[in-house]
Amino acid sequence: MSLVLKKAGEVQKMLNEKDKIFQNLHGFQEPFIEGALKRGSWSNTKEILSKDQNDIIELVKSSQLRGRGGAGFSTGLKWSFMPKNTGKQHYLVVNADESEPGTCKDREIIRNDPHTLVEGCLIASYAIQATKCYIYIRGEYHHEYVQLEKAIEEAYERGFIGKNACGSGFDFDLYVHRGAGAYICGEETALLESLEGKKGQPRLKPPFPAGVGLYGMPTTINNVESIAVVPTILRRGPDWFKSIGAENNTGTKIFCISGNVNKPCTIEEEMGIPLKELIEKHCDGVEGGWDNLKAIVPGGSSTPMLPKNICESVLMNFDDLKANGSGLGTAGVIVVNKNNDIAEVIERFAHFYKHESCGQCTPCREGTGWMHRMMQRLVRGEISPEQIELLENVTKQVEGHTICALGDAAAWPIQGLIKNFKSELISKYNKKLKAS
Amino acid sequence: MSSNHPGLSNNFSRSGEKFSWSKDNLRSIKNIISKYPKGREQSAVMPLLYLAQEQNNNWISIECIETIAETLNMPKIRVTEVASFYSMYNTRPVGENLIQICRTSPCWLRGSNKITKTICKETKCEINDTSDDNKFTVVEVECLGACSNGPMIQINNDFFEDLDEESTKIIIDNIKEGKPNVIGSQKGRRSSENA
Repeated sequence: MSLVLKKAGEVQKMLNEKDKIFQNLHGFQEPFIEGALKRGSWSNTKEILSKDQNDIIELVKSSQLRGRGGAGFSTGLKWSFMPKNTGKQHYLVVNADESEPGTCKDREIIRNDPHTLVEGCLIASYAIQATKCYIYIRGEYHHEYVQLEKAIEEAYERGFIGKNACGSGFDFDLYVHRGAGAYICGEETALLESLEGKKGQPRLKPPFPAGVGLYGMPTTINNVESIAVVPTILRRGPDWFKSIGAENNTGTKIFCISGNVNKPCTIEEEMGIPLKELIEKHCDGVEGGWDNLKAIVPGGSSTPMLPKNICESVLMNFDDLKANGSGLGTAGVIVVNKNNDIAEVIERFAHFYKHESCGQCTPCREGTGWMHRMMQRLVRGEISPEQIELLENVTKQVEGHTICALGDAAAWPIQGLIKNFKSELISKYNKKLKAS
Repeated sequence: MSSNHPGLSNNFSRSGEKFSWSKDNLRSIKNIISKYPKGREQSAVMPLLYLAQEQNNNWISIECIETIAETLNMPKIRVTEVASFYSMYNTRPVGENLIQICRTSPCWLRGSNKITKTICKETKCEINDTSDDNKFTVVEVECLGACSNGPMIQINNDFFEDLDEESTKIIIDNIKEGKPNVIGSQKGRRSSENA
């Protein structure tokens, strides 16, 4: 990629085909081993595995790859937290519990290019000295589970994984574990609980999983996309990866665009592509035209929405979205146009979080239900300006007062709504008042 | 008429028949348990619940729970806890085709309400209900993770995407008539390409 995007409005061009990591994102080619070999998977894995483990971690660190699961933490740095030569069983756990509303990227990797993930699991596990890896895939992805199991079987058959993986001398086993419809299991410690055969309720941290993780052993948990890009980064080098995007926001990224656009899609693009360009170029624009845009949720349901004026110029990367009061999250872009009630969009998110709260912490268990009931009334125009303030106040009492981030995730969308559309919510109330 | 999603109810019930593993499942169980470290057999509880559900006409009875507890040497309450926590384990019998309609915002923005209406009309089911002929159970669920292909539904293991009222009706009609359905996008696009 030749162009580094600095500002919106500069001349831009689409990500080069040859710089796309997922050559088969949409499944036009054979997803399994024959296709994967043609796309370059497994081509020099043995050579990669002949590198020192610390060197691999350093290379990933220097590529500035940031976790693709939502928090955006440096993947290499996370790996470096794993203790070395403990004599204990280490684990890599891959989070394929993709459940954040608006997000459907890992699904495409798993069903259409599963070997990128399988190879990534091997390399990442080698780097953190884990001889066993579990992929935790959401239960609803049954078809994807079947595809993944097939790819793993192929990798075993060819000796790419298993005993003496790729002839490297490293023994490696890879298993798939199916979830069963609980969003909370996407939270890393809840996922570990679930994998251990319990209810998926998050653990208190510390201890962190790198010290005490799965079965009490050192464990790293990474998102599917974070792991699946690793083989290509090592093959083409961190400098190549860094040449795409901007400082600390490097590489390519899979964006999922849903809601009121003419052509919703999932697409791999340069990290930091302007939001407007993403929608105009790849999705054929907003339904009813750009001027019909109401707001955009840029990174999955938990990230606060952006009003139209910010959408004009914001870049789709971690830092620029943060600077604009939101976040990249999982890069699940949900577009809302003026034909829909923005309050109901958020009411439905509130319903989601109420439904998915694990019930462990009181502020979240009680708060999500309370916030949802208030949101229902808000949609009907039944809450007064004072009560809107009360609602905002309660979101702040939930936020930051729970073991995991689900409480925060439930609070942020409502805060985003009130922040951007308060006057509209108030006029809704006044209108209802007049009518009665 | 039942009050909630069969996967969310905590009212487990007995089927009245003993549940014992089929021969095939006994073999699978051995294989499943071997994925987890020795002494950590409890990890197999979720896969075993799936197996039991599959063998038991798509629901988990108290007898299933007892058998799983025995197989994994776990207290029954721990198995029950897991079965009730996760929404994909049905705690009461469901129809041959469990239709789950995604109701979360990305699908709703593209008209999931119309899909729900069409399905209820065509199956003659209210939400959370099972049809008289036991062919359908209809539920509304939270995000199923196919947002770029909304509105979408899941019927048993299969996703049906890019729906409108017409294509939804065709899917239901095909099931009624025993005809096969095309899985995935109903608009003929490949996965979530921009077409």
